[in-house]
Amino acid sequence: MTVTEQRPTQHASSITANRLTRVQTGAVLAGAVVVGALSWLPSGSPNWARWIIVGLVSYCIGIYVVSRIVEGRRQGLDRLMRAVVTSAFAVVAMPLVSLLWTVVERGTNRFDVAFFTDTMRGVTGAEGGIYHAIVGTMIVTGLATIMSVPFGLFTAIYLAEYGHGTKLAKAIQSMVDVMTGIPSIVAGLFAYAMFEMIFGPGTRSGIAGAVALTVLMTPVVVRSSEEMLRLVPNELREAAYALGVPKWKTIVKVVLPTAIAGIITGVVLSIARVIGETAPLLVTAGLAQGVNWNPFDGRMTTLPVFTYYQYVQPGVPPSNGQDRAWAAALVLIIIVMVLFTVARILSSVLKPKGLR
Amino acid sequence: MTESVDTPISDVAVAALDAEIGLGNRIVVENLNIYYGDFLAVRDVNMVIEPRSVTALIGPSGCGKSTFIRSLNRMHEVIDGARVEGSVYVDGEDLYGPGVDPVAVRRKVGMVFQRPNPFPTMSIADNVLAGKRLNSRRINKSEAEDLVEKSLRGANLWEEVKDRLDKPGSGLSGGQQQRLCIARAIAVEPEILLMDEPCSALDPISTLAIEQLMNELKSTYTIVIVTHNMQQAARVSSRTAFFTIDGTGQPGYVVEMDDTDVMFSNPKQQSTIDYVTGRFG
Repeated sequence: MTVTEQRPTQHASSITANRLTRVQTGAVLAGAVVVGALSWLPSGSPNWARWIIVGLVSYCIGIYVVSRIVEGRRQGLDRLMRAVVTSAFAVVAMPLVSLLWTVVERGTNRFDVAFFTDTMRGVTGAEGGIYHAIVGTMIVTGLATIMSVPFGLFTAIYLAEYGHGTKLAKAIQSMVDVMTGIPSIVAGLFAYAMFEMIFGPGTRSGIAGAVALTVLMTPVVVRSSEEMLRLVPNELREAAYALGVPKWKTIVKVVLPTAIAGIITGVVLSIARVIGETAPLLVTAGLAQGVNWNPFDGRMTTLPVFTYYQYVQPGVPPSNGQDRAWAAALVLIIIVMVLFTVARILSSVLKPKGLR
Repeated sequence: MTESVDTPISDVAVAALDAEIGLGNRIVVENLNIYYGDFLAVRDVNMVIEPRSVTALIGPSGCGKSTFIRSLNRMHEVIDGARVEGSVYVDGEDLYGPGVDPVAVRRKVGMVFQRPNPFPTMSIADNVLAGKRLNSRRINKSEAEDLVEKSLRGANLWEEVKDRLDKPGSGLSGGQQQRLCIARAIAVEPEILLMDEPCSALDPISTLAIEQLMNELKSTYTIVIVTHNMQQAARVSSRTAFFTIDGTGQPGYVVEMDDTDVMFSNPKQQSTIDYVTGRFG
């Protein structure tokens, strides 16, 4: 009888406990925002960074204390960890948002049609454009992709499918790891030295730039493709072998199609990695004022190099070159975003359907 | 034929003769030791597998049944460091003889795995045709359609999937996927079909469907099945081999092999009695 009476009340149950409501957690957040605001008040003007950081720290402390008192130790810790993890994300996202904001704000000054159709040939004032630099970036990055994807993919296939566990494979793997870490200027100097040996001193060309980028890009392609090939379940390979399918055909018709979505994503990531490279292209491809369609002859401007020169040699008044530099940076960011979007679409189209 | 079981040499000769006069494909296993690197996983198997019947391999987990069945179509060596000593004769030819191409062996001896593994990038029809297509044989459209229907009917799956042959095979239920894998295996027209616990991931209804299928298939194929389910072994097989293991790190071995009804009613060895009556370990 006593049991039936006690059942509806909260404290008798071992599985119910006090919980903070949304309003209460919201109040803690609002309090943290106010504490953050108080931290910059003495100095007079709003300081966003201080506001956010002090706010996040006081939210973490506040939610832990409140939750610990109301909900108990385990819930308090849970809330604290959630707040810490979310704050870490916010801290990381802050510079990114700030950077994007700055580039968009300053880049839009010269984001006009002429900017995309003109070159820098004979330009002294505020006009001029990046047509030649877009062409250069496309050619240099495109050539680098054409060279590094086959080499990278074949190396990855060797590592994942054939060389598994052998000494040669291990040696290649550690070489690839070392290559992912080499500074980009070293790759540039390597390509420069190589072309100087073949074509004489002072040679600058698009293909030299592409070779430098290939050195940087190939290890990234190898690593990502190898990971993707390893993710293909062994059962699929065995299923093909059991049908009497030779190994090479199993790789071409079963393993690669299953991994292709991930491989494409990896290739696009590696393109994004090299498309913004400045230093190696500065020494290998150089700077030209007009369009150069021939990667085997003469200097070729790319977007990062263009941006760099517009900023260090902005002309008179300096705002002309600086505006062009910011706008070129914005274009580069947009190109990378477009590449990622294309990769997303491609990989969702090519992804094996209905895979658990 | 049964008189010759004790003398392996004549078994091989009998098997060759059987194949020649069209009696089916007898498998004769002689002194087979199976290794993973230096580790001996299964020791000294001597076994005759009768043509056009179902042979069941039973035994506790880890006793080497799967390892053994994989050595019957040279799938064992796919694993790094795995190797085999001894002989497996099919139609009197040693699968481990010099110059034997494992790819050719696997076209002759098909396999169905424990977990259904349809190719995720292919449709149902393409999955059935995978063996033919990937073996670089050009087949025209009507031939392909006939083969798809014949194989799917053979696997009792046709009625369920005939309206969605172009849909991905991985969208089917587990039982349907397993029957799709069987259709894929029989589409390459093997002579022998190995099944490694084909029903362990399936519900009773799908299991029943696959057992019925085995009953139909045994008129054309020599079937070897690994199973943990002793009722299943009793239902589908005519011969049963009992494998066991003396302890962890020890090799597995065959305790005895006999007609299935004898194995389940009156086996010779005490450990077989213990296992089939459920008193094991």
